[in-house]
Amino acid sequence: MKYAFFPGCVSQGAAPELYPAARLICQRLGIELEEIPAWTCTGAGVMQEKNQLFGDTLNARNFAKAERMGLPILTICSTCQGVMSQANLRMKRDPEYLAQINSYLAEEGLEYKGTAEPKHLLWILIEDVGLDKVLELVTRPLAGIRMAPFYGCYIVRPTEALDIEEHPERQTSLETLIETLGATVVDFAGKTRCCGFPILTINEKNSMAMVGKHTSEAKDLGADAMVTPCPLCHLNLDGYQPKASAQLRRKVDLPILHLPQLIGLAMGISPQELGLQKHIMNTQPLAMKLGAAR
Amino acid sequence: MDVTVKIKRFDPEADHPESYWQEYAVALPDNATVLDALIKIREEQDGTLTLRCSCRSAICGSCAMRINGHAALACKTALSRVLDGDNAVVVEPAGVMPVVKDLTVNFDPFWDKIRAVEPYLQPQGAEPAGEYIASNESMLHLSGVTACIMCGACVSDCTVLEVDPTFLGPAALAKAYRFTADPRDGNREGVSRERLHQLSEPTGIWDCTRCNECVEACPKGVAPMDRIMALREQAVNAGFTRNNGARHTSAFTESVGHSGRLDELMLPIKSVGGITNVGAMLSYAPVGWRALTHGKMPPLRHKNVENVENVRRLFRKLEPDLYGPEIGKSSPFG
Ligand code: FES
Repeated sequence: MKYAFFPGCVSQGAAPELYPAARLICQRLGIELEEIPAWTCTGAGVMQEKNQLFGDTLNARNFAKAERMGLPILTICSTCQGVMSQANLRMKRDPEYLAQINSYLAEEGLEYKGTAEPKHLLWILIEDVGLDKVLELVTRPLAGIRMAPFYGCYIVRPTEALDIEEHPERQTSLETLIETLGATVVDFAGKTRCCGFPILTINEKNSMAMVGKHTSEAKDLGADAMVTPCPLCHLNLDGYQPKASAQLRRKVDLPILHLPQLIGLAMGISPQELGLQKHIMNTQPLAMKLGAAR
Repeated sequence: MDVTVKIKRFDPEADHPESYWQEYAVALPDNATVLDALIKIREEQDGTLTLRCSCRSAICGSCAMRINGHAALACKTALSRVLDGDNAVVVEPAGVMPVVKDLTVNFDPFWDKIRAVEPYLQPQGAEPAGEYIASNESMLHLSGVTACIMCGACVSDCTVLEVDPTFLGPAALAKAYRFTADPRDGNREGVSRERLHQLSEPTGIWDCTRCNECVEACPKGVAPMDRIMALREQAVNAGFTRNNGARHTSAFTESVGHSGRLDELMLPIKSVGGITNVGAMLSYAPVGWRALTHGKMPPLRHKNVENVENVRRLFRKLEPDLYGPEIGKSSPFG
């Protein structure tokens, strides 16, 4: 099983623990990853609000390269997933738009034929790899661990771009995975809401209120930790949790895991190898509860 | 079909008013809507159940409520599509707005915000001799927004309003767009400068998180968030760029346009107006310091992707206004 790998900027920038953890678990699962050469940022929805054409053209460029590799695209970022899917829908729906974009790509000898179907690792585990295969590799079931799912907006909305109609199971994919790994799902209203990251530098008070609300809600329901397939959510929920706690005037102390880290822990990989020590919120109590020494 | 409807109820006149859940078992034809079920319950089982409805045809906008946790029109939602494995559905009042009783909420905050955007045409300059002329295309384009039936579904599910009641919100901002995009509103070029100036202030267009909840909730395809994004573009084009939101968008585009990827170190610095904004920079310091000591600081020297000329060529071509020499690349001090 081989994929054109799209890691996204954050997994190599502000959340550097994500990239190696993803590579590690993919290797164990027999997922071969070949990085798309010189891939560019998807625009994260930010570029699109100013200039959709520029943003979409950059995505088409990545897609064209993956087509040339003859491989389906795998990403490890909810935001990248959503932005790619939305750009893809606009291009597939409007041949004139795609032709216009291809006219810009032609100068470097690229063409996007419209066949890409970018998929998040989360979906690939369920749809392509299969949960049986995942379960086979679980050597340290997460029994007794209460885990709150946090999706990130872009992997759940807009449903049209994400093919939810055809894949309704995607809406509960994170819960499915948590259960497969042996942990208990902490279901809560905030799981598909916004983490607040997009407005961090614009309205920090609101952004922190969102972090505080979601983390404290999960904590109140007895969560040991939260898991997210989105590194941007992770940045806010983990990196800014101390600030959000201060605003909330309450200590929350909820560790936030990246999706591949959760899987890695269940596979018996050490917290150190998965980069858990790089988190802002202390992950040690969770590791101890799991019986996973550093 | 036999279904169970689980309803969140609230009676303000109870001795100790508190919301609680109540379940009703009800038999309905297969093509029934959620509203059909609620009306049947009210008429045959429990006359105290309170809800708003009128047209039953997704026109009047009275019956927005949360169905299985997400806002929708009860009259437009087929029951068969929302039942779970046990043939049950969960119905709650709309979010964000205060509950009056059971499934009815107080719309005052909704209307206050609609009023705040002055939802009427405000042409400037001398009146034309005859009528104001608008092209067909420009008005056809607006039909998507004028389809709003003010049901409040978007407001109910807005992630910002949930934490900040001062945000203008999706319905009012989509309404504002209906006027800024109208060629008759504003100056002779059809630019509604005064409106765009106001909307660029805090509680306006830049406070939206782009979470897409309103797009999913809207039963009429208004896509309020897309209108907010269009307002951002209009505001920037009209020159209202001295705010963190507009700076963030430009800085992001510049970073990716020049290097192919996001320079995570420069972005927050440029968004708050550069290293000279000492107050804002200091507020990031504790987080930055914590990140540094945990070994998760983004690389100080931001690298370009291979053959970056290809990305820059697209940048120059598609975003000529922003394209220029790289300033302060990869170092807040350089
Ligand atoms: S009853 Fe009129 S919109 Fe539902």
